[in-house]
Amino acid sequence: MNAVFSLTRLRAMLAKEFIQMRRDRVTFAMMLGVPLMLLVLFGFAINTNPKHLPAALVTAHQGPYERAIVAALEATGYYHFTHVGISATEGDALLARGDVSFVVTIPADFDRRVDRGDHPTLLIEADATDPSASSGAVSTLGTVAQEALQHEEGTEAQAAAQKASQVEVVTHLRYNPEGVTQYNIVPGLLGVILQMTMVMMTSMALTRETERGTMENLLAMPASPLEIMLGKVLPFFAVGAVQLTVILVAAKVLFQVPFVGSLWLLLSGVLIFVMALVLLGYTISTLSRTQMQAMQLTFFFFLPSILLSGFMFPFQGMPLWAQDLGEALPLTHFLRLVRAVMLKGAGFTDVRPTLAALIAFVVIFAVLALTRFRRTLD
Amino acid sequence: MTEPAIDVRGLVKRYGDKTVVDDVTITVEKGEIAGFLGPNGSGKTTTIRIMCGLLKPDAGTGRVLGMDLARDALKIKREVGYMTQRFSFYEDLSIAENLDFVAGLYRIAPRRKVVDRTLEELGLASRRNQLAGRLSGGWKQRLALAACTMHQPRLLLLDEPTAGVDPKARREFWDEIHRLAGQGITVLVSTHYMDEAERCHRINYISYGKLIAKGTVAEVVAGAGLTTFLVNGDHGGQMLRVAQDLRAAPGVDQVAPFGTTLHVVGRDGAALEASVRKIAEGAGVRWAPAETSLEDTFIQLMGASRDNMA
Ligand SMILES: Nc1ncnc2c1ncn2[C@@H]1O[C@H](COP(=O)(O)OP(=O)(O)O)[C@@H](O)[C@H]1O
Ligand SMILES: [Mg+2]
Repeated sequence: MNAVFSLTRLRAMLAKEFIQMRRDRVTFAMMLGVPLMLLVLFGFAINTNPKHLPAALVTAHQGPYERAIVAALEATGYYHFTHVGISATEGDALLARGDVSFVVTIPADFDRRVDRGDHPTLLIEADATDPSASSGAVSTLGTVAQEALQHEEGTEAQAAAQKASQVEVVTHLRYNPEGVTQYNIVPGLLGVILQMTMVMMTSMALTRETERGTMENLLAMPASPLEIMLGKVLPFFAVGAVQLTVILVAAKVLFQVPFVGSLWLLLSGVLIFVMALVLLGYTISTLSRTQMQAMQLTFFFFLPSILLSGFMFPFQGMPLWAQDLGEALPLTHFLRLVRAVMLKGAGFTDVRPTLAALIAFVVIFAVLALTRFRRTLD
Repeated sequence: MTEPAIDVRGLVKRYGDKTVVDDVTITVEKGEIAGFLGPNGSGKTTTIRIMCGLLKPDAGTGRVLGMDLARDALKIKREVGYMTQRFSFYEDLSIAENLDFVAGLYRIAPRRKVVDRTLEELGLASRRNQLAGRLSGGWKQRLALAACTMHQPRLLLLDEPTAGVDPKARREFWDEIHRLAGQGITVLVSTHYMDEAERCHRINYISYGKLIAKGTVAEVVAGAGLTTFLVNGDHGGQMLRVAQDLRAAPGVDQVAPFGTTLHVVGRDGAALEASVRKIAEGAGVRWAPAETSLEDTFIQLMGASRDNMA
């Protein structure tokens, strides 16, 4: 036992690692800089449900119906009419240049057909090069136009009859009724930021010693693989705690993300997740010979984590094989946990499967790291 | 008789198809200062790393301090102090922090006091908070030696500890090694400086991975069976011509100029003497028999081992 683990030796390792971390300005800057940068980028700049998109209205004349439709569309918040009353060719040119995202065309006989009770047509052309940017706006169109017209047409009886004949589509946006992207993104960012910084920094743990030539000395002294591993990864819990605080405060203060669940449950989840991450990073470190290799392996894990975890794209919407891959990533499970706890107020029993999955990652990575650790310079 | 401090047999280490350490057997008795000599790239560092468990040999067995190399690597580490060829303490830690780290890993108690005393003995107490990376080469060497002896090892493995250190610091370093040996510590020290061999009790000479000579300095010199003559003239230009003639003469293996004196060395004493007499007297310069030096011996041995390689 004495040979495998001693508190005195672990204390010595920890003291050394903390001092080195403190003196390494780059690492220190990365610890705080990366979370802030990602928060600002994803939180403020990137919006997958954008509003106030520029739109053009192509119409021959402007009657009360046209005004009603324009007003109703603008009221959704998605449309902002920058060009009104232009010709169809002008509309095409604006859309092609990207000056507007939508061209709404109201045909010349629109007024007459509404008055006659015909089916009036309304053409909306959307710039769908980025489908996610336009989907929100397009989805509101049908009901908006209907309601605008009903409003204009007047009598309540008529409206009621018409409503009854319609198929009513009810969209319920639960947990995030306004569809605020940040509610989903900011908790997700907690996972992404931890994943990125924790894995990257711990993946350098051993390669840095190797490249500086200090590994030879470290291995010649009686530190056991377990002590070296713990000494290398434990200091990052402090880093994780700082990052967690920054992100949670930003979520609350900058983005007004609601926090309905238990803070303790979230903290436990973060603790286990960070443990899995630092051990993953350390495993990478035992596999790499140079910091460059460690960096490449880190990104090898980072990219699928971003793409397949449900951070970028809805998890359920991915093909099954991609979901299977996603299940093999700690971030996937952590995102489920953090969203469930923060936004839905999930309790322990709700998140038990995700906690169990995260603990499994901890065990797997710890075993991998300890078995892959080279006790010699070979 | 007690067991030797180092007893390794038939060590082999290969990198790719290159045999870097080739069937090396070394024995070092307790309390001895053993020199490990050989030119750069001859396999000294590799052999020492095998001895302290940092490399696994491809063949061979060994006992260090009575413990088996393959089985007791961890126990050996606790009893051995290894000073690496390149400074490999933490340059971003201060002198005191480095010592504190080492003391912690060896579980030295009371840690603070031992570290303070070590700093005091080193004469670095006033610079304890200076970063180790800022120390000069000589001071780094002294810090490294202090750090690897703090846990009072029974065996010290020093890999070229005096490389790149000025003569005064070198002398002090050797005084320190002798002081440690006086306390009963066994020391194996590698070097490629010939003059340092004279400061060892016994030497082992390695060349191209092969151990080619061992024993006391006198034994090694005698074992090579060489004869040496000094040929001495007054003019450099003249000696240059004499050296040329000697190199081409039968029985002459080495001709090395030292100022206007030539060291002429050969294995066949009679043939060498005949050649030296003929050429020296022909040119009208002085000649006399002399002691063979360790350097002459090593150069001869190296030439021989290279011939074996080819
Ligand atoms: N990790 C390695 N991979 C390949 N070759 C190596 C390695 N380490 C050492 N060598 C080679 O082994 C030979 C002996 O090296 P070394 O033991 O360092 O010699 P010395 O210490 O006597 O200078 C050298 O030719 C060196 O290039
Ligand atoms: Mg060497």
